[in-house]
Amino acid sequence: MSDTSDMTDTATTRGRPSRILFVLPVLLFGVLAAVIAYFMLTGRDPRLLPSTLIDKPAPKFKLPPIKGWEGRKPGLATADLKGKVTVVNFFASWCVPCLAEHPQVMALSKIKGIQVVGINHKDRPAAAKDWLTRHGDPYARIGADAGRAAIDWGVYGMPETFIVDKTGRIRFKHVGIIRPETLKNKLLPIIRQLQK
Amino acid sequence: MIAEVGHFALILAALMALVQGTLPLVGAARGDGAMMGLAKPAAQAQFLLIAVAFGALTYAYVVSDFSITNVAQNSHSAKPLLYKITGVWANHEGSMLLWVLILALFGAALASFGRNLPPSLHARALGVQGLIGVAFLAFLLFSSNPFERLTPAPLDGSGLNPLLQDPGLAFHPPFLYIGYVGFSMAFSFAIAALLEGRVDPAWARWVRPWTLAAWSCLTVGIALGSWWAYYELGWGGWWFWDPVENASFMPWIAGAALLHSSIVVEKRDTLKSWTVLLAIIVFSLSLVGTFLVRSGVLTSVHAFATDPARGLFILAILVVTIGSSLALYAWRAPQLRATGTFRPVSREGALILNNLLLTVAAATVFIGTLYPLVLDAVGGGKISVGAPYFNATFIPIMTPLVMAMAIGPMLAWKRGDLWAALGRLKLALGAALAAVALTLWLDSARDVLAAMGMALATWLFVGTALELAGRVKLGRAPIMDSLRRAGGLPRAAYGMTVAHMGFAVVIAGITASSAWQTESIRTMKPGETTKVAGYDFRFLGVKDGRGPNYTSQFGSFTVTRGDRPVATLVAEKRFYPVQRRQTTEAAIHTTWLSDLYAVIGEANKSGGWSVRLYHNPLVPWIWIGAIVMFAGGLISLSDRRHRVGAPRRARPSAAPASAPAKA
Repeated sequence: MSDTSDMTDTATTRGRPSRILFVLPVLLFGVLAAVIAYFMLTGRDPRLLPSTLIDKPAPKFKLPPIKGWEGRKPGLATADLKGKVTVVNFFASWCVPCLAEHPQVMALSKIKGIQVVGINHKDRPAAAKDWLTRHGDPYARIGADAGRAAIDWGVYGMPETFIVDKTGRIRFKHVGIIRPETLKNKLLPIIRQLQK
Repeated sequence: MIAEVGHFALILAALMALVQGTLPLVGAARGDGAMMGLAKPAAQAQFLLIAVAFGALTYAYVVSDFSITNVAQNSHSAKPLLYKITGVWANHEGSMLLWVLILALFGAALASFGRNLPPSLHARALGVQGLIGVAFLAFLLFSSNPFERLTPAPLDGSGLNPLLQDPGLAFHPPFLYIGYVGFSMAFSFAIAALLEGRVDPAWARWVRPWTLAAWSCLTVGIALGSWWAYYELGWGGWWFWDPVENASFMPWIAGAALLHSSIVVEKRDTLKSWTVLLAIIVFSLSLVGTFLVRSGVLTSVHAFATDPARGLFILAILVVTIGSSLALYAWRAPQLRATGTFRPVSREGALILNNLLLTVAAATVFIGTLYPLVLDAVGGGKISVGAPYFNATFIPIMTPLVMAMAIGPMLAWKRGDLWAALGRLKLALGAALAAVALTLWLDSARDVLAAMGMALATWLFVGTALELAGRVKLGRAPIMDSLRRAGGLPRAAYGMTVAHMGFAVVIAGITASSAWQTESIRTMKPGETTKVAGYDFRFLGVKDGRGPNYTSQFGSFTVTRGDRPVATLVAEKRFYPVQRRQTTEAAIHTTWLSDLYAVIGEANKSGGWSVRLYHNPLVPWIWIGAIVMFAGGLISLSDRRHRVGAPRRARPSAAPASAPAKA
């Protein structure tokens, strides 16, 4: 919404600044309003834009465990995702929506035959430890990520969840909170199918 | 009956706003003095009518008239009187009514005290204010009527959200709204200037006091909100980068940019179209702040689903107001011609850098706030961008800003001498380096970023003091001469000094509390002792008590350092039976250099209590600094050039470049 270009222009030139610069703010606003109105009025879901990673092998990464939590949970690397259906959950202690989906992640961790692993995103180790102690630790492994892994996985915000099949390919991506109905209607059917 | 009087007054006010928003604008276009003259009585009458409506709703709250839906939903007869009154604006409808009340108050003030303004500009500015009033009053009447009746009336109300029954939050909205609505004045003047086709130094001088008042009140409003979060939410933090906070922070940042750019228009007769654009942006952000967050529309997405009419109304107001003003800008702004030219190294150059950085900062917060909200609103799920995003983007923008803040005021208008300015700042540089050394020594060199933060705060504080010292020639002229100069400095100069120093204090507080907070979250049994940052917290146990409309549990701690007793902390946990909700009231002992902070949680089966104990260094400085900034704004507002005489609408003769410039 804020456009700075005409400022420098007015400031440094004596002559008339280009007219297009003055039209730019209203154009930008128009685009923003149109995008919001479009999604709102048509009810389109931007989550449906497919992740380019779907059906591709999980990106190569190797993350250390959370400092001070090594004794409880090991770190996480690409090789750990093979052999079992794996749920990869990006989370952080500073992320309130993560807390909202936490019971659902706990429920996932109780399912037999799959593993739930966590990637702790841009967190202070002390805060992460505290969070896991207070709310419970559903993860078989946790990698501490300074931000690089999130980029490789194409993660925009917290929380996001991926389902990886036995061969290590990403098969499903969910952006935002896993609600109880999301768990029941989306994640569980996919997990069951991949387990076959 | 009283409610119907209020409702009727509100309808009349809407009609009055319609008169104010149309005829004077037509009159100004035609040069018809009689039509322009309508603006003044219309604005005054509109204010009186809204005051009657607001009084009626307040009365309904005070006497607990539960036959009004709004009162029944948000009040309770057992509530203390203070919170019955503040309950008026602690809900969507009432807060909107407060909004239009303040809007009308500003309008009436402009109508009554605007005699110096050229009649057409005056009429146009009031006309635009009237149009804003029409939009808001229509919104109130058609989709958020606070006077709606409820039959049958319940025996008692469902009560106010306990979190809001608190002095900090009770007075947070009025200040916030004075800020938001105050920016509507800058907006109205900007639109009026676009209609008039001219912006000149006199225009900037009229706009500035309104912007200054709005910005100062917004500072207090934000500080109150953050103070409330600090002691009420019980996590020892004071800023969470949550959408509600960010919504008030964005107009604050952009408003700070507007304050500074209007100085350039006033002094140098340039940067006009940018300043007009900023005025539009600042008010647009205020609207976004009011609507999308304060009224709870976007924070809970479901509001759109349950009441689509209200959501669409809001979107329509936003799109029409912002869209039409930006369109008008695109059409008319190219005609605003600047006369002044200047070089990059000059006071105005520094102010442009300030504007550039502040605008980018506001844009950063805008993206970080709106992206998750928009994604959520369109059904994309709730995600959180969170503190790491804001810390990673905001700090790198603020760092050069603070560095330049000490240098800018040292530069002369038109053509500054950077090396001379830096030469005068040697002492500030020395102090900053000393701060780095001291911080690293005290902290055993653990946190380099914190040392940088403290250095920046010191640099700004000392640099600002040096600028004032330089102006009065302290040490370079006889002391009596310096005192005489100090007496002759305009209040605006002092205002700048005080506000900048206040900001330095805030930076120190933010840095220290983020870097060196110590927390201990554990279960304690009565009689146990925990050490936090060198203080021994001894837990004495929990007692029961009761307030007017809640029951309490008080957990006591005695704090000692070595053998010396420091404080007794009593942390409270309240239970409000009407809403079946709990609130925490943190126990805080402040030494002004740090806070000792304790909160009690739940009891476990073996007699232990979960407790959270914090040592927060320099946290009080954040609010002290904010109050100092507010004071700076008030001092600048009291400058006589805002009060005395009609600023002539002529171009002032260019001041000699070496003259000590007024801020």
